[in-house]
Formats: sequence, structure tokens, C-alpha cells
Amino acid sequence: MSFFGFGQSAEIDIVLNDAETRKKAEHKTEDGKKDKYFLFYDGETVSGKVNVTLKNPGKRLEHYGIKIEFIGQIELYYDRGNHHEFVSLVKDLARPGELSQSQTFDFEFTHVEKPYESYTGQNVKLRYFLRATISRRLNDISKEMDIVVHTLCTYPELNSSIKMEVGIEDCLHIEFEYNKSKYHLRDVIVGKIYFLLVRIKIKHMEIDIIKRETTGTGPSVYHENDTIAKYEIMDGAPVRGESIPIRLFLAGYELTPTMRDINKKFSVRYYLNLVLIDEEERRYFKQQEIILWRKGDIVRRSMSQQAAIASQRFVGSSETAAVQAKEESK
Amino acid sequence: MSEPAVADTRRLNSKPQDLSDAYGPPSNFLEIDVFDPQTVGVGRNRFTTYEVRTRTNLPIFKMKDSSVRRRYSDFEWLKNELERDSKIVVPPLPGKALKRQLPFRGDEGIFEESFIEERRVGLEQFINRIAGHPLAQNERCLHMFLQEETIDRNYIPGKVRQ
Repeated sequence: MSFFGFGQSAEIDIVLNDAETRKKAEHKTEDGKKDKYFLFYDGETVSGKVNVTLKNPGKRLEHYGIKIEFIGQIELYYDRGNHHEFVSLVKDLARPGELSQSQTFDFEFTHVEKPYESYTGQNVKLRYFLRATISRRLNDISKEMDIVVHTLCTYPELNSSIKMEVGIEDCLHIEFEYNKSKYHLRDVIVGKIYFLLVRIKIKHMEIDIIKRETTGTGPSVYHENDTIAKYEIMDGAPVRGESIPIRLFLAGYELTPTMRDINKKFSVRYYLNLVLIDEEERRYFKQQEIILWRKGDIVRRSMSQQAAIASQRFVGSSETAAVQAKEESK
Repeated sequence: MSEPAVADTRRLNSKPQDLSDAYGPPSNFLEIDVFDPQTVGVGRNRFTTYEVRTRTNLPIFKMKDSSVRRRYSDFEWLKNELERDSKIVVPPLPGKALKRQLPFRGDEGIFEESFIEERRVGLEQFINRIAGHPLAQNERCLHMFLQEETIDRNYIPGKVRQ
């Protein structure tokens, strides 16, 4: 910051080398707006240039060093002071000295590990960004550039259906079935509800998608539930023997992949909630967890090698998750 | 594993429904009528009773068709029993109308026809809402209220099902 025009200041600009070709993805900001950011996958190289433009050409800029960092961090809203960095890389661009004119510095973070997907939620945020800093005696000059990371999976080998009989003794027995337990973000939930016993007066039935964001550990665990979707599947009273089909397209809803115990800081899990409502507005419901995962798009040749590395790293982890899910649903 | 190009949205296979299930009477038939208000007694000891007729095919009710006479304080008794013993949120009863019981009113007070009708409707709504609740159906007090001639206020509260 320059006071009354004395001293020298500079503007920093970070530009990626592949800014022309790299895809951008939409991501929600903390205040709910949607912005577009460059999209990266795990293992991809992040390279570009840092342009330092002197505000008063002619004056020198004294500094204690210029560097660029690549940071992946988790920020809990109730504890803003503490950022939990799980990726922290730094490249020095210039040793302490002075700049007599505007200058451009190249940087490259090779094959950067980006283990988690970018996430902006109700109580927690996970973000990746580049930060270029000119260190000075009184105040540093810095510029940040956020990027978005998606984690990809392939079709899991084990994907059993969910089938269960539930009810209230002597009043209501249903058998529900969903065709899979793991769905990708543009998948379709196909299922059915079969009525074995109906001794209550049902008015209608709906299926809700509930997102549960869990932050904190031990005694201070906090769950934030959010109903992402409500979809009516039956209007009117069923009798014994009726089968009601379910066909719910996920692409229309704002969903993220299931995120389990990310860096031991937070989880994002999804549940299907089957709700029956009777004539007196009483609600009967059954909640069931589903695993959501992100399927890779058809990859362009220019990036195929890097994205293939990224998705291969996740076939292993999705299989482990599949075995875990099967154990839990028993 | 081969990746399908188009999502498979075919319905899951389901058992065909038995036609007698499809077209037979539903298993959830429960209708309770509150009607025929009669004022009994004389002078200050008068009170109104209503006929409470229950028609049902739910197996939990011993009688498929039963009829009893009840007064407002019997409904209050039932509400209190359910609030104490069951975990349900009991719907409200129509008002107690204490003001109507004060002297020097211009009208018939609690024996006013329009008031009795209003109360009858409220009591009918109340009993139908309560009787349809799976947890209330478990309580002995409900069955005694609907299907026994007199309410034994010294009964032993309890559940009907295990």
C-alpha cells in the first residue's frame, strides 16, 4: 500500500500457461453465488506466470523475496483463524532485492497431489489456490487465484442394490428397493415400493434427497441437514400388492460426491428419505444412505494422459469404499 | 466394466397384484361418527351426550361396529390418558366454553344448538385423528373409550399389543 504516492507498490497477476485450453467449472461461493474457475484433477501440473507490474514506473520496489504457493486447505467457519493445510507447496521466484521494472516470473508445480474435491458448504470450505507474495518490511503484497478440483471415479465393481422390508407392526409394511447403492452425479435412481400391508390411510408418498454435512470431532460433532430434493412418487391411497415405481434423475440437483472424513475434518453424505404421509399429516419415513461419485467426462486427447493418471489413482480408492459400503449395509 | 452410453431407466420387476387385493375393500377402513346430541338431566345437573359410532375393519379393534354414548368430560379423560401414557402429540379438543356456563346469559349457554353442533364437529375431528394413530391404537384407554359401554376410571392403563 502506498501512502500519499510515496514509495512504490505493485500489482500481481497470475496467469496459467494453459488458460486458453483448460476447462472451467462452476463452483458456488460462500455467499451462494456461482463463479467459474479453472478445473484441475489430481496429479496434474499447475504452471504459469506471475506478472509483477510496478505502479510507479521509474521507482524501485524493494522486497524481501517473491514466492508463489500452491495451497489446499480446509476452513471451518466457526474457527476461521485456523486453516488446515493439507497441501502446501512453495516456489521461490526471486531472492530478496529490488525490482527496477515490471517483471514476469515462470513457475511450475509438477504433478501436484490434489487428494480431495473442492467443496463449499454450510459450515466448512475446502479450497485450492495459488498465492503469489512479494514480502516487504511493512506489508506484503499478495494475490490469490482459486482453482477448482474434481475427484473422479470409475464405475465401482461392487454396486449392490438396496432392498429392505420395513414397517410398523400390524399397521404398515413396505418393501423398498433401489437399483444401486452407488450413483454417479448424473445417474438415475430406479426403484420401487411394494406395499405388503396398508392399515393406515396414506395420502401421498415422496422421496427426498438429504445432504448431511458433518463438521467437528469427538464431543463437538455438528450435523447440518439440508433437503436437496423432494420428489412426489405417489398421490393417493395404495392397497396391498401395489408396486410404485421410482425414477429420479440426479442431474437436475446440486449434488457433490460423497466425502467421507476428509482429512479427519468433515464429511458430506447423502441419504434417500422415503416419506409416507397419511390423511392426518402424520409422516412415516425411512432413511437410507447412498454413495455419490463423480464420473469423468469424455476426455480430450490433449489432457488424456494427465486425467488418466488422476482417474487411475481413484479406481483403487473407490473399490475400498465399495467394500466398506457393502459391509455397512449388511 | 463396460460403460453404458444411456442411463438404464427401466422399471424394476414387481410381482403382479392380486385382483382381489386391487378391487377388494381396503384394510384401513376406520370411520367414527359423533352425532345425535342428547341433553340429559335437569336444571343445573344437565349435560349433553353424543353417540360415538365406530366402524372399522382393523384387526386391532375387537368390534367391527360399536356404538357408545360419551360426554365432553369423557373426551377430556381420553386426552389426558393419552398425553400421559403415549408418546404422541395429542390434537386439541374443541374449547371448554367456561364462559357459556356462567349465569345471566342471553342464550342457552352450553345447550345452545349452534354451540352443540360446533362442539360435535370438533369432537368428531378429534376422535378420528386420534383413532387413526398407530401408537394411540395401542392404548387400552382408546379401546375402552370407543367400544366399552362405560368408562372405568379406575382401570389399569396399559398397552394392547406387546
